Amino acid sequence: MTLDLEMAEIAKVFFQESREGLDAMESGLLSLDSSADVENINTIFRAAHSIKGGSATFGFAEVAAFTHGVETLLDEMRNGVRPVTAGAIQTLLQSCDCLREMLAATEAEQPLDQGRIASLNSEINQILGESPVEAAPAVAAPASASAASSAAQGTRVNQGPAGPCGWRIIFEPVADLLRLRNEPTRMFAELARLGQMTVRADISRLPPLDAMDPESCYVGWDIELTGEIPRQALADVFDWVDARCRLELIPLGAAPVETVESAEPLVPAPPSDAATVHAAAPGAAANAHPQKSGADAGSIRVATEKLDNIINLVGELLITQSMLCGFAEGIDPSELDLLRQGLSQLARNTRELQESVMRIRMLPISFAFNRFPRLVHDLSRKLGKKVEIKLTGEGTELDKTVLEKITDPLVHLVRNALDHGLETSEQRLAAGKREAGTLELGAFHEGGNIIIEVRDDGAGLNKAKILRKARERGLVPPDQELTDEQIDNLIFMPGFSTAEQISDVSGRGVGMDVVRRNINDLGGHVQIFSKEGQGSTIRIRLPLTLAILDGQLVRVGKEVYIISLLAIVETIQISRERLNTLPGQAEVFRLRDDFLPVVKLCDQFCIEPDSRNAADGLLVVVEADGRRAGVLVDDLLAQQQVVIKSLESNFKPVSGIAGATILGDGTVALIIDVPDLIRSAAERREGAMTAHAA
Amino acid sequence: MSTAKAAAGANKSATDASEQYLTFMLAGEEYGVDILRVQEIKGWDKVTRLPHTPDYVLGVINLRGALVPILDLRRRFGLEAITFGPTTVVIVVRAVERTVGMVVDAVSEVYNVDPAATQPPPDVCGSVDTVFVKALATVDDKMLILLDVDRLIDNSISDQPSPGVVAA
Repeated sequence: MTLDLEMAEIAKVFFQESREGLDAMESGLLSLDSSADVENINTIFRAAHSIKGGSATFGFAEVAAFTHGVETLLDEMRNGVRPVTAGAIQTLLQSCDCLREMLAATEAEQPLDQGRIASLNSEINQILGESPVEAAPAVAAPASASAASSAAQGTRVNQGPAGPCGWRIIFEPVADLLRLRNEPTRMFAELARLGQMTVRADISRLPPLDAMDPESCYVGWDIELTGEIPRQALADVFDWVDARCRLELIPLGAAPVETVESAEPLVPAPPSDAATVHAAAPGAAANAHPQKSGADAGSIRVATEKLDNIINLVGELLITQSMLCGFAEGIDPSELDLLRQGLSQLARNTRELQESVMRIRMLPISFAFNRFPRLVHDLSRKLGKKVEIKLTGEGTELDKTVLEKITDPLVHLVRNALDHGLETSEQRLAAGKREAGTLELGAFHEGGNIIIEVRDDGAGLNKAKILRKARERGLVPPDQELTDEQIDNLIFMPGFSTAEQISDVSGRGVGMDVVRRNINDLGGHVQIFSKEGQGSTIRIRLPLTLAILDGQLVRVGKEVYIISLLAIVETIQISRERLNTLPGQAEVFRLRDDFLPVVKLCDQFCIEPDSRNAADGLLVVVEADGRRAGVLVDDLLAQQQVVIKSLESNFKPVSGIAGATILGDGTVALIIDVPDLIRSAAERREGAMTAHAA
Repeated sequence: MSTAKAAAGANKSATDASEQYLTFMLAGEEYGVDILRVQEIKGWDKVTRLPHTPDYVLGVINLRGALVPILDLRRRFGLEAITFGPTTVVIVVRAVERTVGMVVDAVSEVYNVDPAATQPPPDVCGSVDTVFVKALATVDDKMLILLDVDRLIDNSISDQPSPGVVAA
């Protein structure tokens, strides 16, 4: 079946909804223990049913057939015919994965992994076959169903003595058919593809014009369809139609009874597929509405591109506003109080508008967290450990881009915690802990940041081992003393892995430094706190958004730069006697007990400062990656929120510069890349320090 | 189609094959860029300097919300730099999915140039690095140096320079 353009659009929505459905199935299955909560199974069943109905509508026969088997199993579980076993749950989880792949392959128009489908299918059939109660029909159902819908018409017609030479379909929908997002014209188009069709509209229920609700459907149809069409094909067309609708399928001509009977066991899910149905139970009716369950909590899908456009516009508005403000400064204030008032209102409005637009981009972190119960479930089985996962603060919102980019590092951290952090049951019991380990994922807001924590109550980091390893690899000089915290954070060094054995779960030694780099790239920061024998906590601090930054404007000579407020620790006036010059021209500043390397922006960026004498300037103390440096500037200007613009859209990345923004007067100011600046300062200092020590 | 080289410029009515070029002056020579590449022409204004860039990258400007790098074409071509005067303008062009501004001495004219009446640059082409020259054309008895603006996007400006181009 080829999809026309309109259908392709809808198919896209179907794929998206199916993916969400699969997520729902998965989380339902994970919370499903042997106690078999009926409501939960219902949710899983509904999701499976929607996918089946949808895929059949779009002609993805193999997906529909496969889902049918899954659905059958779920249906029996729901009805209490089938016990909910751990094995069955595992099979269903694997089926979810398989379906996900099938959908992905179908969407990309690639061949399906037949081997996997077949093996899972037989697994499901085996489970279905185990039941002594309804063995015969249950086994027959999925097998023949998959045969029927994948090989479609051919097999079915041959099966029966003779297919009917046509159908009379009486379809009287409920009034709110259209409101339930069913489109009769599309059904007719679908039917017309099956054979020769004559449609007669029944307008007897049509009310007078003034009493008519334009969104209701008053029309019924009497359709005659000629051709050798299996009942299943018709049932597929009307699959999504509400069970309250009157739908009669009357075969024309040959062997009506035979067909009905052979079709019956194919469709154990009663309401939507069954032949003649009037109102079923309201609960069952809800099952027939995939779209309804998909549209959750009044959310909308918006293309990111459109949003970015709005965000840019609002950024412009903000720039205009600050330009006007700058202009108002220069005017006689006694006369123009009103202008000032208006401007302050404009300032408030633009800020609010911007915040609300930015909020559209914000998604709850549950989008990232939701995958972890499954991951932990699978991994803990694989590793033979008992693990409970706890999620807190799933509603905490952060920018979509940040969210997407933080997911992979989080997966890595969770895998690590399971593999290295948590001990086996025996070890835990021996250490006097609860048998099951706990992994906690939490998120909360703090200032303009979001904090994400991955906490386990496992063995904690083995500090002695880490230090030994670090010394072996020359990451730490042999005589250097480190604090516990410094030792813990060594695991983020490149090329560091303490795993004695490389497993496929973690331990390739490329992990933690990549995690840290990814987080740093997002303007974030990662730290680990660990107590031996009690567990570890990894704390990630991330900015809420990548599009806006709270900046401190600083001046060096004639140039204005922006330093992120998040990176600034403090700003101090320089006193001569605390400033030392090391051999090799590197300057350090003694701040309390610390020696800060002094970074002269004028030298870094080759610009002419007010004064080359460091004591005339101000030292902005910045921190990144746990390292500090003092940035020497001529003056501090305003603090303001700036809209980050990429240099890379028309240029290439510039070292030491993270981006740029447009100030109120329309000029461009560069945003300083603090981590990069500190890195380059540290490289120079190291050279000087060794010389100094010698 | 006429092969007469001199006729092309005098005949201002565009034939199907002719291309329009915006010309500008640079150190006494007249250069042309494909007019379809020209986004706008604006007066010289202050730029924000970028550190760690070649000297011909003067900095970036704000062009209605977009950051556009500004190149000094004299320095780019290895010509003697001058103080910018009242005729100094910035020609903003689109090249290899990027928008860049070129600082030139002055804008001159718009000419129709028949592609058939152009010649490839000779091996030695005076002061200009020939890599930027697409062709030479004669219009009104004057020689025009037609520039290939894509060649300006080399690895000193872009992470993905146009194929086969490296920084001079």
